[in-house]
Amino acid sequence: MTTTFSGLAERVPDFGMIPGLAEACPKDRSLEMYRRICRVREFELQCKKYIDEKVVQVFCYLSLGQESFPAALSMTMMGSWVVPQHRGHGTCLLFGMEPAKIIDELLGLETGCCKGMGGSPAIHDISKKILGHNHLIGDNVPVAVGFSYAKPGEKTICIFGDGAAEEDYVIGALGFAATHKLPMLFICDDNDLSVLTPTRDRRTWKIHEVCKAYGMEGVDIADDPWLIDHYVREFQTKLPAIINVRNCRELWHQGTGTDGAPEWNRFQITRNKMIELGLEKEITQIESEAKQEMESLWLKQLQKLSETSHAST
Amino acid sequence: MAKTVAETIRDLTREHLEKNNGLLMGQCITAVGWIQNTVPPHCVNLVELPMNDNSGPGMAVGAAIAGRRPILVFRFQSFLWMAASPLVNHAAKAKAIFGYPAPVFIRAIATEGGSSGPVHTNCYHSIYMHMPGMPVCAPMTPKEYEQVWDYYMKHDDPILVSEHRRCYLNSEEMPDIIMDGAEITLYAASAGRLNALEAHKMLLEQGVKANLIHLVWLKPFEMNARVMEPLRQTRCALVIDSTYEIVSACEHLAYTLMINTGFPVQALGQFDRTQGLVPRLENGTPVPERIVATAKEMVGMKKLWGKKSA
Repeated sequence: MTTTFSGLAERVPDFGMIPGLAEACPKDRSLEMYRRICRVREFELQCKKYIDEKVVQVFCYLSLGQESFPAALSMTMMGSWVVPQHRGHGTCLLFGMEPAKIIDELLGLETGCCKGMGGSPAIHDISKKILGHNHLIGDNVPVAVGFSYAKPGEKTICIFGDGAAEEDYVIGALGFAATHKLPMLFICDDNDLSVLTPTRDRRTWKIHEVCKAYGMEGVDIADDPWLIDHYVREFQTKLPAIINVRNCRELWHQGTGTDGAPEWNRFQITRNKMIELGLEKEITQIESEAKQEMESLWLKQLQKLSETSHAST
Repeated sequence: MAKTVAETIRDLTREHLEKNNGLLMGQCITAVGWIQNTVPPHCVNLVELPMNDNSGPGMAVGAAIAGRRPILVFRFQSFLWMAASPLVNHAAKAKAIFGYPAPVFIRAIATEGGSSGPVHTNCYHSIYMHMPGMPVCAPMTPKEYEQVWDYYMKHDDPILVSEHRRCYLNSEEMPDIIMDGAEITLYAASAGRLNALEAHKMLLEQGVKANLIHLVWLKPFEMNARVMEPLRQTRCALVIDSTYEIVSACEHLAYTLMINTGFPVQALGQFDRTQGLVPRLENGTPVPERIVATAKEMVGMKKLWGKKSA
């Protein structure tokens, strides 16, 4: 059963597409963006594997299928403060957080970024300018806005989902950001699902239009990495701004279950495009490196878990 | 002339905003009166929040994480209900979950009487005592307020400061009253302290000696000799507060005192009913007459128990 298909004109993989962006992008940039996508994907695939094996036993919000926006975002916005949402492994990883700290947190170890207190939604590293999420969707938006107000001259990225966009406190906080022209880039990570309820059953309006009515720059696009990259670069000098990124969650809201194939497979589409650009050899190498990196990282941390278990018995 | 509580708050705030690059955030803070003369007019770093009762406090939490030590003002404690989530779920838990603090100084103003109605008229500090990570206090004198501010600046917790409007014009300190031969100990918080002072005089006029212990810190509630010894002397006590009595600060403190001493302690707060707009329907801090009646009843019961056990 496919529960994610909405039938909306916007729910297509080339929504808002600007032709020629991938072709115009320098090859090094495309390869680096692809490398980041692969790192997130391989990290999450490893995580999925260990959830399925019941090694990871905490609630996990995986971002398989939603890798392209953190990849594109991190290409331009490194150095900004980041306030991720609950589905934030990829964002934290690409904004400089040590993967070991994420893994340790998911394993409930004392060496995790929250010492086992916060788990998957609370992944953060303030030394890398990444704040934590407290598990309540959208709660991070007012916090990010107040943080940005209190840090004049520094850019802040705030990420929330299409469900969180409906929270009254998110709407209010976006208004404050617009009123005070805060240097903030909001990303609505729009997988069209609030747990399993599609957007069309919840609202008729669009969050980027609300933000535009507030006076912000805003756009509603599919999750093509070159397209996101284009708007991030354009908006970084026009903040505050919002990008509603339409993507597909491959797995359930939480855990590793699936209700069938996603509406589109962004990873495969991007991969095909890279091949079309004549980069097949390079991406094969990148994929292999990402897989090896994440496999060995997870194994190393699992070894630590094993040693901890032995020490306590 | 000694400073009032309102002037103390205003001066501490001005120094914080001008010298510490602190923030003061709230709704309608520049309205007539600058919140009962507690906000320094036209000062730097005043942030008028829009009427977002939940996201505004969330923004204060963000400002606290950014290191600006914001003072967040609620003109009525009724707003604490709507504001609760970011304060108790994010600020109060930030250190435990994330390992970094979110020290917001929450000024929550309680009121009663004056026809402000069934919702705005109240004192709700009890609800914030439920969550870990947030000390709760109710200073009523200038020195107490300075001590609370000093605590806040030396620690990194968010803190709920329950201010009762009846304290703003007060410039006097309120020392504890310990009497030889006292028959009951009154513990009082918030505006309950003002009514307990009246009740204490009335009791004395009626031949009942009482101790009166003023409570500033409701959580944590330190069970030290100052608090415990008077109860050990009188062997019964009454805790008076401006909140609803049921599941409240006064019930919690009464329970804590009782469990730590083994002596009966009763809680006295607002009746369990919604107060109305007009004076005949008000339901505020227990009035002195009610405190006196309850205290005398407890003293009578204590004598009865004494005879039975003899």
